[in-house]
Amino acid sequence: MSPAKKVATKAAAGRPRKKAPEIALDVRKTYKLYIGGAFPRSESGRSYPVLTTDRRFVANAVLASRKDVRDAVKTARDAQASWAHRSAYNRGQILYRVAEIMQGRRQQFVDELSIGGSRDAEAETDAAINRWVWYAGWSDKFAQVLGAANPVEGPYFNFTTPEPAGVVAMVAPNDAPLLALVSRLAPAIVAGNTVVALASERWPLVAITLAEALATSDVPGGVINILTGKAAELVPWMAGHADVNIIDLSGVNGELRADAERRASDAVTRISVASPAERRWFDDRAESPYIIGGFCEYKTVWHPKGV
Amino acid sequence: MNERPPDVAVVAAPPTVKHAEVAPTPLDYATALESTAVVNVADRYELFIDGRFVEPRSGRHFATINPATEAKLAMVAEAGDADIDVAVLAARRAYDDVWRDMPGAQRAKYLYRIARVLQERAREFAVLESLNGGKPIKESRDVDVPLAAAHFFYHAGWADKLHYAFPGRSVRPLGVAAQVIPWNFPLLMAAWKIAPALATGNTVVLKPAETTPLTALLLAEVIQQADLPPGVVNIITGAGATGAALVAHQDVDKVAFTGSTAVGKSIQRALAGSGKRLTLELGGKAANIIFEDAAIDQAIEGIVNGIYFNQGHVCCAGSRLLVHEPVADLVIDKLLRRIDTLRVGDPLDKNTDIGAINSREQLDKIESLVQSGLDEGATIHQSSCPLPDRGFFFPPTVFTGVSQSHRIAREEIFGPVLSVLTFRTADEAVQKANNTPYGLSAGIWSEKGSRILWMAERMRAGVVWANTFNRFDPTSPFGGYKESGFGREGGRHGLAGYAELVDGARR
Repeated sequence: MSPAKKVATKAAAGRPRKKAPEIALDVRKTYKLYIGGAFPRSESGRSYPVLTTDRRFVANAVLASRKDVRDAVKTARDAQASWAHRSAYNRGQILYRVAEIMQGRRQQFVDELSIGGSRDAEAETDAAINRWVWYAGWSDKFAQVLGAANPVEGPYFNFTTPEPAGVVAMVAPNDAPLLALVSRLAPAIVAGNTVVALASERWPLVAITLAEALATSDVPGGVINILTGKAAELVPWMAGHADVNIIDLSGVNGELRADAERRASDAVTRISVASPAERRWFDDRAESPYIIGGFCEYKTVWHPKGV
Repeated sequence: MNERPPDVAVVAAPPTVKHAEVAPTPLDYATALESTAVVNVADRYELFIDGRFVEPRSGRHFATINPATEAKLAMVAEAGDADIDVAVLAARRAYDDVWRDMPGAQRAKYLYRIARVLQERAREFAVLESLNGGKPIKESRDVDVPLAAAHFFYHAGWADKLHYAFPGRSVRPLGVAAQVIPWNFPLLMAAWKIAPALATGNTVVLKPAETTPLTALLLAEVIQQADLPPGVVNIITGAGATGAALVAHQDVDKVAFTGSTAVGKSIQRALAGSGKRLTLELGGKAANIIFEDAAIDQAIEGIVNGIYFNQGHVCCAGSRLLVHEPVADLVIDKLLRRIDTLRVGDPLDKNTDIGAINSREQLDKIESLVQSGLDEGATIHQSSCPLPDRGFFFPPTVFTGVSQSHRIAREEIFGPVLSVLTFRTADEAVQKANNTPYGLSAGIWSEKGSRILWMAERMRAGVVWANTFNRFDPTSPFGGYKESGFGREGGRHGLAGYAELVDGARR
């Protein structure tokens, strides 16, 4: 942990809680979707109440529809090529910038995770920030670790490089609504993919606050799109969408997951799931260049040697 | 730069005559038949389970033929559910008791032995492959069999070096692998499947294709000669139902399939929710892109190799030719002259360029797609070479005047049929090349390095051949994007499909 972060933590912990005067009402936040760098409501006009673990009302989250899924996939597709063609160095700096912005808003994440019943809101926030930093550093290295020059027989130059798979749809696991989402988002986008993520259904608010951090960092609009809503309603459409290259089902279990896997077969969509070790979100086992590789395709190019 | 002035006709004028009439003087070759004396084809083949050949509990056998003569070669056992149970159980026992915990250096030695015996019996395998599958002996002899041996030799070396394959992780086997392979490269696909599975410590149940079971069963003999522990490799024969039952077996941990996209999708669907690991190597409709600055004569050879290698029964075949318009007339003219020199005929003749179509069913499919090309208005050009009276044969065929919406430009024909389209700019070539649900391979022909790298980066395909085509090597990962499947075979990347990566301490 950096010294700067220690100071920040202490300051946050030691700050006396002000009791608001009764007449000064909070200005509450409207939580919306995040698509193409903007914050629209659902085209369906629907919402659902988000409650604390002791069932107190906190806010209404948007109940996204399958049309919102399709809009988000199209936006992600449109943004993919230019994101992939940025330099690895540039993508690394942008991921690092996300960490910078999150650090500045750290208390907001801690507060929101606390209300949501996080067992350790500070640890989850700090781990999420660190995860962005860790993956930022991989942007210009994973191709060196995961690629290969292959000693084929005959006069040929032959090399294999990882390339982004394209559009990744993912469902955030409920058990760490911020950290688990970041743990899947960061490796997907560092490889040059764009993402449509469905936030944790139980606690979606922190994902939208993350979207606010993304919107004010340098992540181009459309690279990460975040929906809130019901997994049972949206996952089938995400998995069956023919323009989704990978569906990450780390946050989906049981029959819903089996159904999603069946639908994915219609377009031979790749299925990605965090392994049990990778699901230890607070552990460094949840981060790996092989997770980046899981969001890649491998291309092998041959060329003859000669004069 | 690549644009043509609008007053120039942009579509190559299709020749109005069948090319036979303008072909150069044909060269006569005396037939040079490879002897079949080296092969001893049995009347009847049983299932290879637990190190022995056993009669199928199903009680059924089916005939396998020589597609070049339609003559029956042998009867082959058909594995039913009970046979699959026994085979999977044998693989499971071998995994638990012997193979999983065997030191990598020991596993390596078994794989080296298999490679060596394959080399020793190379000609026998080549002849049997051509007899049962119809491919020309020069291909089975010079490509299929040597590459199969090389695959075992390459993967043998990995067996005791897996710790170095994935930095920061160690490798654990998955368990029992169910492997279903196609009829276009019967022995080679068996090697692609078995070698990496064994090197990483898995045991296998392999099902060869219904029409081409014989070289896999000969490989079983090699496995016996190598003294591989019983049950590590089991080979069961049958048709689609056997394959479907095998991959759905509940005691299978990993499924690897090479074949059509339709069957691949059905397997992915059947495995949904099972937790089994899956890799798929499916169909393709590769673009072979010829730029105006290409070395045209070399490109012509690349086009011919790309589509007529193995009768076009190649998932990565360059079946869509994209020609830069400034050279379209020249390329098509040279290509049509070249295909007229290809010799179609007896697969065992060393002069034969194009052998037999693998089955009646496949010949029907090719003929129906060719008919669709005619119905949709494309212009057909076929070699004038004579075809044998018996057996399944189809002449090398080129369609010009093809548009992207034609079925012959969209569907995998899996035969010696090339569809020619043209383009004006590199951007257009990229768009047309990627305008397919498939993404297995692509070819690029240009003498300009920067253009090749620019194009290669934009191909949505797993293998890109630049100024060459249809090259394969055990060290070179092979596999597709999109509906051509997922996972890679060959190279370090191919190991990942058979391995669980286990955490090593990082800090």
